[in-house]
Amino acid sequence: MAGYIARRLLQAIPVLLGTTFLIYFMVFALPGDPIIALFGEKTPSPAVVEQLRERYNLDQPFIVQYFLFLGGIFRGDFGTSFSGQPVSEILAATFPVTLRLAVLAVFFEMVAGITIGLVSGLRKGGIFDASALVVSLILISLPIFVIAFVAQFIFGIQLGWFRTTVSSGAPIQDLILPAIVLATISFAQITRLTRASVIDTDTQDFVRTAASKGLSRRRIVPVHILRNSLIPVVTYLAVDFGVLMVGATVTEGIFNVPGVGRTLYQAIIRGEGPTVVSFVTVMVLIYLVINLLVDLLYAVLDPRIRYAK
Amino acid sequence: MTEIVNGTDVHQATTSDTERPILEIKDLEVAFNTQTGKVKAVDGVNITLYRGQSLAIVGESGSGKSTTAHAIINLLPGTGHIAGGQILLDGQDISKASKREMESIRGRKIGFVPQDPMSNLNPVWSIGFQVEEAIKANGIATGRKEVKARAIEVLQQAGLRDADRRLKQFPHQFSGGMRQRVLIGMGLAADPQLLIADEPTSALDVTVQRVILDHLESLTRELGTTLLFITHDLGLAAERAEQLVVMYKGKIVESGPSLEILQNPQHPYTQRLVAAAPSLASRRIQATGSVAAAEASMSEGAAAAAGDSIDLIATAEARHEALESAVGQPPAIVVEDLTKVFKIRGSGDFTAVDGVSFQIAKGTTTALVGESGSGKSTVAKMLLKLEDSTSGKIVVGGKDLAKLSEKELFALRGRMQPVFQDPYGSLNPLRNIGNTIAEPLSTHKVGDRASRRARVFELLDQVSLPRTLVGRYPNELSGGQRQRIAIARALALKPEIVVLDEAVSALDVLVQAQILRLLADLQAELDLTYLFITHDLAVVRVIADHVCVMQKGRIVEAATTDEVFENPQEQYTKDLLAAIPGANLQIGA
Repeated sequence: MAGYIARRLLQAIPVLLGTTFLIYFMVFALPGDPIIALFGEKTPSPAVVEQLRERYNLDQPFIVQYFLFLGGIFRGDFGTSFSGQPVSEILAATFPVTLRLAVLAVFFEMVAGITIGLVSGLRKGGIFDASALVVSLILISLPIFVIAFVAQFIFGIQLGWFRTTVSSGAPIQDLILPAIVLATISFAQITRLTRASVIDTDTQDFVRTAASKGLSRRRIVPVHILRNSLIPVVTYLAVDFGVLMVGATVTEGIFNVPGVGRTLYQAIIRGEGPTVVSFVTVMVLIYLVINLLVDLLYAVLDPRIRYAK
Repeated sequence: MTEIVNGTDVHQATTSDTERPILEIKDLEVAFNTQTGKVKAVDGVNITLYRGQSLAIVGESGSGKSTTAHAIINLLPGTGHIAGGQILLDGQDISKASKREMESIRGRKIGFVPQDPMSNLNPVWSIGFQVEEAIKANGIATGRKEVKARAIEVLQQAGLRDADRRLKQFPHQFSGGMRQRVLIGMGLAADPQLLIADEPTSALDVTVQRVILDHLESLTRELGTTLLFITHDLGLAAERAEQLVVMYKGKIVESGPSLEILQNPQHPYTQRLVAAAPSLASRRIQATGSVAAAEASMSEGAAAAAGDSIDLIATAEARHEALESAVGQPPAIVVEDLTKVFKIRGSGDFTAVDGVSFQIAKGTTTALVGESGSGKSTVAKMLLKLEDSTSGKIVVGGKDLAKLSEKELFALRGRMQPVFQDPYGSLNPLRNIGNTIAEPLSTHKVGDRASRRARVFELLDQVSLPRTLVGRYPNELSGGQRQRIAIARALALKPEIVVLDEAVSALDVLVQAQILRLLADLQAELDLTYLFITHDLAVVRVIADHVCVMQKGRIVEAATTDEVFENPQEQYTKDLLAAIPGANLQIGA
C-alpha cells in the first residue's frame, strides 16, 4: 500500500510540471501587455514600465521566466501579484472560503441525493420515483447561472431568507445559498446514480440470500443494499468535491464569494501570469491528492480491491 | 399427461398415517406479470414432504423448479407472486403469511442454500459478519462472544475446519467450494426443520461437488433436517434423494421413489431425461457392452427416449471406424513438452502447464479432462495462439506454430477454430446472427456478399437451425441455439480442427445431447478433428476417442476412452469417475 502511494505521488511530478508549463505558456501567449493594461487610461513613463518589467521578469525570454517561477515555487515563494500582494497571501485568503463552500455543497448533495435516490430505487416505477426522475432531469438540463439567479431572486430578494451576496469574511450562513445552488446539479446526478445502483443491488443474489437467512427488510436495506450501492456514489462525491475545490467561477461570481474561482477569473482577465499559474499549481495538486484519495477509498469500500505492494 | 398423478404421496411407504407432513404444497400456482399479460411459471404443483425425508425436484432450466423453491420462502423475483394454492408448513398456510411472519419463518424454520456460491455472498462484508448476522437475526445466540462461538461452530459443522481463523476474511478470499460450505452453514445456522438446497453444487467441480453433497447429506441426517433438493441433474437427484419430483414447463409430470423413476420412467419427458443424461446413458453403454443390447434395452417402452440415446451409441460406433481409418495418416496436432509459466507478482512463478505432450489423429476427438485450475484451458489457448508458450512445441498440420509468420498464422487460424463455453458471452449482442456467422468469412476475405450469404444459409442448415434466424439477435435465442450459432461460426471457414473449450458445459442435458450429436455428425461429414476440453467425464464418454486427464498442469493419464473408463490406472482418474453423479446407480435392464 505504501509503495502504491509513493508511486502515485511520483507520477504526480510530471503531471504537475506539464500542467504548469502549459498554463504558463497560455498566459504568456495572451494578447496585450499586462503592464500597460495595469495603468488603464494613463500612459506610464517608459522608465516605470521598464522597472516593472524587470521586477516581474517580464523582460526575460519565456522559458527563463517559467524556470524562475518554478524555482520560486520550490522555495515556497509564489511571487507577488501586480497589486503588490504576495500570491501566497491570496491563496491563504481564498482557499478556505472555497473549502467551506465545497464542503457545504457536497454535504447537501450527499444527504439529498442519496436519500431520494435510495427511496426511488427501492420503489422503482412508483409516483415518488417518477417525480424524482423528472425533477432531476430538469435540474440537469438547467444551466447553473439560471438556477443561481432564480435562487438569488426568490430566496434572497423575494423571501429575504438569505443575503443575495456574500459579505466579507464569507460566514457560513451566507454560503448556504450558493452551496445549495452548486449542489443542485450534482444532486441530480447523485440521485440517478444512487437509484440505478440500488436497483441493481436489490436484484443481486446475496440480497435474496440475506432475506432467506431471516433478516428483516429494515436491516437488509442499509446493510446489504445501501452499503453496496454507495461504492460508485461515494467515489462520484469525492471527484465532485475535487471539482468544487478548484473553484466554481460562475456561482462564486454571481454570489460575490471571495473564493478561488472568482479570484482566478479576475487574475486571468488582468493577465497576471504568476497569480494564475500559482493558483493552477495548487489546484492541480489538490486534484491529484483527491484522486489518490478516491482510489484509496475504493479499496476501503470494496475489500476485493487491493493495490499491489 | 392426464393419467399421471400430479403430485407425490409417499406417505404410506415410509411413515405412520398419524404424522403430519412438514411441508405440503397444494395446487401451487406462481405467475409473473409481463407486458403480454400473466405468465404461469408454476401451474398446479402438489408436493408432500415428511419429516426426515429427502426429496428432489428435477427439471431443466425454465421448468419452474427454482420458482417453486422461491415461492415456499416467498422470495420470488420481480413480479412473481403466488397466484393460487396453499403452502402448508407444519399445517400452517405460509403462502398468506404477513411480511413479519415470513421473516420469522425464513432461516429459523426453513433454511435455504442458494445456487451460485460466487454471487450469493455479499462481497463487501466478511464471512464472519454474514454468518453472525444470520445467527443474531434468528435469536440463536446473544452477546458478541456467544454469537461468534456459534458462528465458528456452524462453519466447522459445514466443513470449514479453520473457521475461527477465517471469520475475518472476505468472500473473494474463499474458493467456490469453501463459499458453498459457508452458504450451507448459514442455511443451517438456526437449526431449521426444513432445508431447501437450490442447485447447491452445480457451479462446482465434480470432485468438490461430491464432497460437499456427502457432507450435506450426513449433516442433515445428523441434525434430523428434512431436505428439499432442487437440481437439473437427474443422476445427482437419484443418488441424493429418496423421492423424485420431475417438473416440466411448470407442471409435475412424474413423481415417486427415485430408483423406480430412473428404472421405469413413465412420462415421455422423464424417459427422454433419463436417456439423455450423459452419466446414465454412458453407464448403459458400459453395462450392456454392445450396441444391439443397448438398443434392445432402449426399446423396452422408451420409444421417445430412443431419439436421443441411440444416436449417441451409433456415434460411438462411427467413432471407432474413424479411429481405425486414421491409422497411418500424419497427426493433425502434435504437442510436445508444452510448458506455460505465469509470473505472479510477490509469490514467484506458477507453472500452469507442465511438460504436456499429446497427438491428435486427423478426424478424431481427443478430450482434455480436468478440474478447474488443472491447466486444460491454458493448453487450448496456447494451441490457438491466444497465449504464448514458455517452452515446448506445437505442430499443427505439419507446421511448427512458433515458426509461423504473421501471415501464415492468420491463414492457420482459418483452419483452426474455437467454440467457447459461454454461449451468452461469446456472441456479440449487437450483431445479428447472419453477420455473426459471416464475420470469419469477411475477415478472411472469402467470396463476395452473395456467396457469403449462401454460405451462412448452408451453415444454418448444417447446425439444424431455421434460415429465418439470419436477422435475429443473440438475446432472442435460447442457450442451445446460441451454441449452435457459435458452432456454425466456427465452421464458416471449413476448418480442419475445432477446439471446443467446455462447449456443452453450460447447457441443459437434453440440449447437451443434441449438441453432442450435432458435433458427431459434423465430424463424420466434414472429417473434423476435435480437441474437446471439459471437466465433465460423463460427456467425454460419448464424444471422445482419446482421453488425457490433467491434474495440476500435467497429464496424469492418457489412453483411449474405453480404457480410461473401464480400467483407470491413476487414483485421480478413479476419483473423477466415481464423482460423476449417478455413477454408482444401477439402472436399466
